[in-house]
Amino acid sequence: MRARLLGVLATLAVLIGFVVVYFIFILEEAPSAISAVVKNGQAYLTLQTVGAYGNHPYPDWVSYLGKDPEGNWVHTTYFKVPAHSVVHVTVYEFDTATGLRNNFLAAVRGTVGGTESVNGGAAVKYVNASLPAHTFTAPDLNINVPLPGINANAKNQCSVAPCSNSFAHNTITFSFRTPGPGDYRFQCIVPCALGFLYGFGGPMQTIGYMDGEIVVT
Amino acid sequence: MSSQPSDSVGREPRHGRNIAVLWAIATVIMVPVMIWVIGPHIPPGDMSNDTKAQHVVNVVLATLAMPVLMLIWVFLAYAITHFRAKPGDTTDGPPLHSVARIQIIWIVTTSLLVLGLGAYGTIDLLTAAGDSGVGSGEGSNPLVKPADSKNALQVQVIGQQWLWTFRYPGYGGVETAHLVLPVNRDVEFHVTSLDVVHSFWAIELGVKADAVPGADNIAFVTADKTGSFQVRCDELCGLWHGHMNTTGNVVSDAKFNTWIAATVKKYAPVTAQLPKYSTVYYPQPVRNG
Repeated sequence: MRARLLGVLATLAVLIGFVVVYFIFILEEAPSAISAVVKNGQAYLTLQTVGAYGNHPYPDWVSYLGKDPEGNWVHTTYFKVPAHSVVHVTVYEFDTATGLRNNFLAAVRGTVGGTESVNGGAAVKYVNASLPAHTFTAPDLNINVPLPGINANAKNQCSVAPCSNSFAHNTITFSFRTPGPGDYRFQCIVPCALGFLYGFGGPMQTIGYMDGEIVVT
Repeated sequence: MSSQPSDSVGREPRHGRNIAVLWAIATVIMVPVMIWVIGPHIPPGDMSNDTKAQHVVNVVLATLAMPVLMLIWVFLAYAITHFRAKPGDTTDGPPLHSVARIQIIWIVTTSLLVLGLGAYGTIDLLTAAGDSGVGSGEGSNPLVKPADSKNALQVQVIGQQWLWTFRYPGYGGVETAHLVLPVNRDVEFHVTSLDVVHSFWAIELGVKADAVPGADNIAFVTADKTGSFQVRCDELCGLWHGHMNTTGNVVSDAKFNTWIAATVKKYAPVTAQLPKYSTVYYPQPVRNG
């Protein structure tokens, strides 16, 4: 009887151990959050999108990166921004165009003025639907910003993140107003995951690559 | 099944009769409670013809289930209080013998219940809510339609990982991220998907239809109250499935006309880039994959 009880307890302990290790693994894998730079009541967020992360564990996956307040590029998709503020976003886009699955998402939505600017040009309310490499889309905030890709034949394309501005890129700027505190998911809506079914597996289904959260505090 | 009187414990009380009496009392109390107290709060409300029909079905099913539930609970409580073994009593209980009469009653009753509910549900799908199919997706050739379905407002629901958009073919095929409907007008949803299987669930409207790539799934509804309603995806579809929500609005005719006119104007440049309106789309998975 005692041997059976010990056997049950030992099995239970092993199973609990597996669960604990599993959650430790998940917590260690979760990317850390970076904060936007706040100056004079305005928040500034600097991001980049790359066609290939170039590092362990998935060097060939597309990804977002964010710049922390110290100016270092961090592989994360958790971005902390202040509540009830205007956030000015700059995205350095290093990937080539894929095009949208749904052309409606060529429209800019949810930004200040309903516009974005590409390479310092005039503010635009939409782009050509075949041009986006990625999007910055936060459905809960009604935000959608298409990020035009670089020319597929561009020289000096970046293949290992973080990418410096000496590589071919587009610079997209826009601003949005934050609501009250909360976690608001964002994603890329372009089917840009090369090699996956419908281009929507792998990095498109993984936090830290093309999905993340805008953490409004 | 029946229990045999035991000589050692004297004549057994008439458990069957006791349970039947208790069950009858519990049922007489709980059925009216279900109909008039709990029933009015059972989802999905009364915002549309579909939800009204679904609400009636839910109340009927819950009411019919009440006698069954009471029988189980009463028997459980009775067994716990009356059939409990006394401390130290290790003797076996009396043997059980099958009773054909009880088995026949049980099989006939449950069969009638299941078949009757099946018939009731089928008839309700075909006839309730003004022949609208009670808000369910009916495929590309609906079996039942509202009488005036030719004049229904057509709205295409497009699912993709992980958001909903909506096209209005009667207004130049404009597409929007907001679902706005006029009150007291038949609406014909055409539900489809651009990637994997989703499910369009407009909760307070009582509409649920699978969004399948390459398929046109039609569902009808007539909202008869203004207000907002939730839209959710009801089919596991990937990382952000649990966040694939939005809010729709039912507004007056005048407000709808104002909104759709502004939307058509606002999105004209993007509408020009959309593919021609179609009940299904085959976006380029090869190029985009």
